[in-house]
Amino acid sequence: MKNGKHLSTEKTPSSKLSLAERITGTRTSGKSIQLMTHQILGYPDFETNYEMIRLFHESGVDLVELQLPFSEPIADGPIFLRANQASLANGTTTLKCLEFAGRVASDFPEISFLFMTYYNIVFQYGIDSFVKECATIGIRGLIVPDAYPEESDKFLEACREYNVEPIMIATPYTPDERLAYLSEQTGGFLYCAARKGVTGSKTAFGKETDEFLTRVRSQAKTPIAVGFGIQSEEDVRFLHGKCDIAIIGTQLLKVLEQDGLNGVKRFLKSLAVLH
Amino acid sequence: MSEKISALRSIHSEAAFLSENGYYGEYGGSYIPEILVPAFTEIKEHFEAIRQDDAFWQQYCALLADYSGRPTPLTYADRLTRHFGRARIYIKREDLNHTGAHKLNNALGQALLARKMGKTRIIAETGAGQHGVATATVAAKLGLSATIYMGREDMERQYANVFWMRRLGAEVIPVDYGSQTLKDAINEALRDWVSNFETTHYVLGTASGAHPFPSIVAYFQSIIGIEAKEQILRSAGRLPSRVYACVGGGSNALGVFQAFYPHEEVQLIGVEAGGQGKESGRHASRIAFGEGKPGVAQGYKTLFLQNNEGQMNDTFSIAAGLDYVGVSPILANLSERGRIQFSAATDAEVIEALEIVMKTEGLIPALESTHAFAGAFRDIAESSKSDIFIVNMSGRGDKDIFNIAEGLQDEEWKAFIHRKNAQFEA
Repeated sequence: MKNGKHLSTEKTPSSKLSLAERITGTRTSGKSIQLMTHQILGYPDFETNYEMIRLFHESGVDLVELQLPFSEPIADGPIFLRANQASLANGTTTLKCLEFAGRVASDFPEISFLFMTYYNIVFQYGIDSFVKECATIGIRGLIVPDAYPEESDKFLEACREYNVEPIMIATPYTPDERLAYLSEQTGGFLYCAARKGVTGSKTAFGKETDEFLTRVRSQAKTPIAVGFGIQSEEDVRFLHGKCDIAIIGTQLLKVLEQDGLNGVKRFLKSLAVLH
Repeated sequence: MSEKISALRSIHSEAAFLSENGYYGEYGGSYIPEILVPAFTEIKEHFEAIRQDDAFWQQYCALLADYSGRPTPLTYADRLTRHFGRARIYIKREDLNHTGAHKLNNALGQALLARKMGKTRIIAETGAGQHGVATATVAAKLGLSATIYMGREDMERQYANVFWMRRLGAEVIPVDYGSQTLKDAINEALRDWVSNFETTHYVLGTASGAHPFPSIVAYFQSIIGIEAKEQILRSAGRLPSRVYACVGGGSNALGVFQAFYPHEEVQLIGVEAGGQGKESGRHASRIAFGEGKPGVAQGYKTLFLQNNEGQMNDTFSIAAGLDYVGVSPILANLSERGRIQFSAATDAEVIEALEIVMKTEGLIPALESTHAFAGAFRDIAESSKSDIFIVNMSGRGDKDIFNIAEGLQDEEWKAFIHRKNAQFEA
């Protein structure tokens, strides 16, 4: 796919489509695997977040996960952990994040924006008000790793009421029965963590990943996204035909920190071959 | 022995602090990342099973008796009592438990549980280092490998314990981010656990965290109160008027309170770390100062010291073991229900109380435990000679020599450190 190609293939105004429809819509338009990237809001600063998202847009990234920083990010590895804390030290607040998210959702309507955060951020804002605000500013889904679905009735209800998808996470250790339950609960897509552990370390993609994804496919009612440890074009190629979305998180932050925005541009180009 | 087993079991049948669904009123629950679901399922199943398992209890009780030295005494503090001239003061001596604190009761129970689950490695967080030392100790005793996470700041405050943990064969990993205290050590232990749960059990040291940890820790610590109740009935012929315990996460407090909980006439008082006082903002009092707000972090819902957006505040205390941002969901609930009262002792009050205890009783309580004494001393003027106070001395204070010397501004000690330093540099 050429830069910005999705602009010309849009027929129905995409804002009216559900997240899953947007994902499958792009698939039927000939794209074999979609890319979801990630930003920790306020790190290194909102201006850089904006420039990164502009690059994502130019490169044809389909979905972007915007992480609202939290002081206790237990599911994140060292790189994201430090970015969370640096962002908070810079003075990032939930309100600034919402404002920024509203701006990029309106500036880059072809991208589906999601929030990733921890439950306390949603809880303190007010579950209902938070989800309602997400719907208003054009956030399409929420990834909240510690909103364990059995504990989060109010959260799931609010998501359904305002049509913001609650995205569940499955892992290779999730038993079949629970996989069925998560497939039932999730909206938009099912987030498959390719391995145990926290974000940011390498995953050895191989036979076990295949077995896991086969198991997921037999249960899933939505598109499937795979994340945790995707670091290169080779990893993305491995996932080709096995899932709908490849998620690149920590690697992009590493590239940004090492080689700046130009490095990110080059990295995205190396992936764009796939499109 | 069998008496003790049945006493422990009776706690279960009274179900004071055990919760099947993991909730204590609105607090508790299990807000865990999906990857940990199998690990928690396994723990719940095995914890359920061991509560019915005679062989397990025999082994646990035998180790408590023959290895750890239980029961710990309940000491009548006659000189301390005379010092104030009011309520009679009894001291529950958890400092005489092996490794010098109550922490071993839980570490031992959970390490046996880990072995039952076929795990070969245990990990733990530690604040003051007492839980770390207890975990390192049982790992050595039971032939497990151990990794202990400890905030960098806490390592500096409690270097003697770091030294012992390493000498006992445990790996001690400093946690360099956040406030570099207990909460950060918990986060880091959780990160280790999500990567290694197949071989590793997380021996959480306090009655906090996701269900069933609050239940498990309160359960294994209940031995403190069971003994204390028997002992006070035997020596005073009646129940105490009040029981005092310091509260960081809440493990020693729940341990000693549990047996008295059904007796409404016994007042239970938790003493938090008042640090430099409420106005300073530099403290770790979630309940007494009324500043903790309901929130969800580290896998559970409780009262956390946090800002309006849900970011956790830094906490402060002279006692690393009380320097924690959350509190056991069981205690948050019992406070709300009015069954437990909370007060907070400042660092200055703690140092003053410590001097009194050392000079009247020849006991050196840990700075953590001294908070319980300070809380009792504050209330004692209102008591009468017919009252009985029990203070839970959760641990001994030798580990705190550097902090205490600093708190007491001991010039001789300072000079000694200078000489030692010069000797190493030479």
